[in-house]
Amino acid sequence: MLKYIIRRLLGFVPTLFVIATIVFFLIRLAPGGPFDADRNVSDEVLRNLEAYYRLDAPLHEQYFRYLWDVLHGDLGPSFEKPSRTVSEWIAYRFPVSLELGLYGLAVALVLGLCAGITASLRPNTLTDHVPMTFAMAGICIPNFVLGPLLVLALSIHLGWLPVSGWEYPEDKILPAITLGVPYAAYIARLSRGGMLEVLSQDFIRTARAKGLSEARVVLRHALRGGIQPVVAFLGPATAGLITGSFVVENIFQIPGLGSEFVGAALHRDYTMILGTVLFFAALILLFNLLVDLAQAWLDPRVRYE
Amino acid sequence: MPLLDVHELTTHFHTREGVVRAVNGVSFRVEPGETIGIVGESGSGKTVASLSLLGLIPAPPGRIENGTALFDGVDLLACGPKTLRSIRGRAISMIFQDPMTALNPFMRVGDQLMEPLQVHRGLSRREARTRAEEMLRLVGIQDGARNLSAWPHEFSGGMRQRVMIAMALITRPHLLIADEPTTALDVTIQAQILELLARLQRELGMAVILITHDLGVVARVCRRIYVMYAGQVMESAATEALFAQPRHPYTEALLQSLPSTHVKGEPLHTIPGLPPDLIAPIAGCPFAPRCASATDRCTRGAPTLRELVPGRATACFRVQDGEL
Amino acid sequence: MSDAHRPEQDAPPAAGERGASLWRDALVRLRRNHLAVAGLVVLFALLVVSLLTPWIAPYGYEEQDLALGAVPPDSAHWFGTDLLGRDLFTRVLYGGRISLLVGFAATGVSLCVGVLYGAFAGYLGGRTDALMMRFVDILYSLPFVIFVIILTVYFGRNIVLLFMAIGAVEWLTMARIVRGQVMSLRQKEFIEATTVMGLPRRRVLLWHLIPNTLGPIIVYATLTVPRVMLMEAFLSYLGLGVQAPMSSWGLLINEGVQTMENRPWMLIFPSLALSITLFSLNFLGDGLRDALDVRASKD
Repeated sequence: MLKYIIRRLLGFVPTLFVIATIVFFLIRLAPGGPFDADRNVSDEVLRNLEAYYRLDAPLHEQYFRYLWDVLHGDLGPSFEKPSRTVSEWIAYRFPVSLELGLYGLAVALVLGLCAGITASLRPNTLTDHVPMTFAMAGICIPNFVLGPLLVLALSIHLGWLPVSGWEYPEDKILPAITLGVPYAAYIARLSRGGMLEVLSQDFIRTARAKGLSEARVVLRHALRGGIQPVVAFLGPATAGLITGSFVVENIFQIPGLGSEFVGAALHRDYTMILGTVLFFAALILLFNLLVDLAQAWLDPRVRYE
Repeated sequence: MPLLDVHELTTHFHTREGVVRAVNGVSFRVEPGETIGIVGESGSGKTVASLSLLGLIPAPPGRIENGTALFDGVDLLACGPKTLRSIRGRAISMIFQDPMTALNPFMRVGDQLMEPLQVHRGLSRREARTRAEEMLRLVGIQDGARNLSAWPHEFSGGMRQRVMIAMALITRPHLLIADEPTTALDVTIQAQILELLARLQRELGMAVILITHDLGVVARVCRRIYVMYAGQVMESAATEALFAQPRHPYTEALLQSLPSTHVKGEPLHTIPGLPPDLIAPIAGCPFAPRCASATDRCTRGAPTLRELVPGRATACFRVQDGEL
Repeated sequence: MSDAHRPEQDAPPAAGERGASLWRDALVRLRRNHLAVAGLVVLFALLVVSLLTPWIAPYGYEEQDLALGAVPPDSAHWFGTDLLGRDLFTRVLYGGRISLLVGFAATGVSLCVGVLYGAFAGYLGGRTDALMMRFVDILYSLPFVIFVIILTVYFGRNIVLLFMAIGAVEWLTMARIVRGQVMSLRQKEFIEATTVMGLPRRRVLLWHLIPNTLGPIIVYATLTVPRVMLMEAFLSYLGLGVQAPMSSWGLLINEGVQTMENRPWMLIFPSLALSITLFSLNFLGDGLRDALDVRASKD
């Protein structure tokens, strides 16, 4: 087990290396530079700046230096906001995105699993169609529509919840819902499918033949197999929730890493872009590993493969 | 008084294509401690009949249209899901055809084995565990402690069927319904499992309904046999009588197609034609289109099962009229 | 995602064996699914309207009426007008053109790249395949949204580049599906027969393998279109996609959000247009999946 985890962790290195390479050359070969916007800068100052950030060296040399620094855990200084290094910026902004992402995940799991499992118990009846219609709506109504509509209804008209911000607990309700709902919709569909498949299997009939209550049949016998597709989806979903919250951060003015990244991209803050991409990629890899481990834990048949 | 008395059981499936008449007025009896066999080709309704008794047919589309099934003074078909649940796995247990899929792959063998005891007897885990180990020994699995914490996929087919049997019998039921318990197993294992079932039936004194398409299997262990075709019972008789002197043309054809009765050098006997489509309503005797002795009368009206001599009944006009 | 290489489990039965009646059966099943049929009808109507927009639209999409300003829906302006007095109905129509164009073009790009890549990997097999799929695995761990943002920021906010960028990141799952299909089909006799007949490899690939993987490809492509449209809307919403004065649903929604308190129609009509389109595509995709009996491939 431990050996497997270590092997997977070592496998991260080449992946991150390829990603760093792709993104490094992609942003460097594009037109424009980080100091284009500063019009008042003289040539001399510009040269000094470039020297300071080592932008004057040949590209391949910069590339190798950057990789060397990253290997030592140094993501470099931020061009745009030199008050902090890239690592410090990430450490400062990421907890907000993480918190938001986890709330969104909680919303997605609770709503999605309840809807999906309920739907699967009586397929093609009202208790199936109603949750599944909501699930389809969750997929088809983008969160940049859902968020503003929620704000319009619950905050502006009814005045129940704040319009934006990220300080008090009540600030976090609408962002969490807005972020979680599309994922809840996917989870509902996946868990319904998974449960339907498991509930049609022979061992469920065995469980019923043993005289177990319906609740016990569902919770103890079917659930573990039925949520397998959801667990498989949790890897990309968690990554998406934590890295893809730009819109929600934008709508509710939440100071997370997502909005930081959009700013960095617009200002061609090379180190910030690279650092964020590498950080997010590492997170995604980590979540995929966790999901694989969770799947092995849930399904004894794949455990020792 | 019989342990189980099934009368006119009728189960239909209401599908998009039409009503599938899987079981049509089936009656049979099981005395305490006896083993009966229900024999028929696949699709003859024998499995649906047994699942109907325990309320295990998928509904919808399945629906029990008619009939009674008295077990211990309770009508299984009318008693409601709660009573039925208290009977399932406690007084009546069931084992299934394919041990590879009948055990839950996500639960340890021990947890599955102990579950009936915990649910029906309210035993603690520790007590249940001791009983589970005993039960494993009884079905021929040694080293109970280690095997209890194993996963089903670590077991062979024969081992899994032993676990299924242990799980079914752990509550000492009065009746065991075994649906093709050996069909999915190797021939050598089949014999072992049958012997095991017969031994346990003697030791625990329970009644067994053995459902199979294999006449060889019922001949070995059953006292009485019901032959089913197209959702109906064609003939019922004591085992020896049935094999010695089959009366219904279908039973006769079935026995002739057994490889063991076949004379060397002659072509294997087969029944011409196919079983009827259960969606289309059948006017006469369902076997008439394939029956060598069928007359006009057989396609016009449906014969009912009638007792010829005590313990022997046949659903064939010509036999009932003494023509065959 | 090391468990990606399981074509045997994910692949539906080979299309080649099922013959032409497969498509007829599928059509019958699809017709029975009312939601899917409704989706198809709506999509067809949308396509016709988009093609005819310049003739249908009551106003020009840039036509301003500053004196009029933003007014709620009335008989002259069915969806109302925006802050510059531009007719919202017209802008939604033009926005739909862009959104649909991006949706289908980007899906087309992802289709070509994914199908070719997957087919080659699956067909060549061995170490080439392992290497090619390893690359796909690596790209899977790239944060997509971020990658698209980088592409759009650095290579200009131009529609062609926009759908190239989206297409460039959306081909991975398609490649996996196709590869799985090809791997399982490769073993089948009729492909072996073509090798025996001495047909050149490329011909085998194009004329025999790809048509036989059509079912899953159609289904997945149908479900990719709404995803791509959503991504376009998302980028336009962030101001990284289609630029004013051109219109797209994402852009219109963004404008609507700015002023939703007082002029809700500016948010509601473009949102409805986008959502109805996404509903139609998803219902159609689901229906096709059931009709063609393609097991959901978990991406």
